[in-house]
Amino acid sequence: MANPTKLVVDCSTGITEEIELTDAEVAQMQADAETYAAKKATEDAAKEEAEAKKVSGKAKLKALGLTDAEIEALVG
Amino acid sequence: MANTFVKISTVTVGSGGAATIAFTSIPQTYTDLKIVLSTRSTSGAAVARVIRMKINNLTTSIYSHRALEADGSTVYSFTETGTDSAVRIGLTNASSATASTFSSGEIYIANYTSANSKSVSVDFATENDATTAYLECLGYLVATSAAITDLTITPEALAGNFAQYSTATLYGIKSS
Repeated sequence: MANPTKLVVDCSTGITEEIELTDAEVAQMQADAETYAAKKATEDAAKEEAEAKKVSGKAKLKALGLTDAEIEALVG
Repeated sequence: MANTFVKISTVTVGSGGAATIAFTSIPQTYTDLKIVLSTRSTSGAAVARVIRMKINNLTTSIYSHRALEADGSTVYSFTETGTDSAVRIGLTNASSATASTFSSGEIYIANYTSANSKSVSVDFATENDATTAYLECLGYLVATSAAITDLTITPEALAGNFAQYSTATLYGIKSS
């Protein structure tokens, strides 16, 4: 199967070429993707943890007697 | 009147899709550059995917950003630093987004010929007829003293190509 292609615009000539990626370029893209996927999983986990803490914190404030409006004013 | 905002080049992705869009031999006669993107990824299993940018084909750890993102229910801020593959420049619609919709993005590169690090401001909006759609704003920095001659835009690899009818337009802007 042919590799994916890249569109290359030479701004000095205005000519656009569609060039098939080399095997090395495809391998690099795959490596980059795996690296980024791992990084994104870490980011997503951190986001979920932050959201869970926010929910937990709001529940504790409510248990102390604050109204929803007061909690929103404090923490958004 | 000064001709201060000039289209350098535009490209539209054809029926086969494209893994990457590259602008090469960028003229050094402007003050700033602006890239306008209308894109969709062929990736499934997501309404949006990350886009990355590489300057002058540099793959070292010179890229960083501070981002503000909203996804339809929550707002986040976060930072990414490292190589081109580790730092997003924005987002693109992916194939789980409403059919035939495309994300919109603008990347503004100030003083691209200077010998200082390159400051970039970015904003992206994805399009989706559902709750989850993204807005993302970035303050982006590329720590290179080299003038920018080449720009490469790539969707999250393995997650698909730029889909047909995606477009990228590069503008040159003069200060006077």
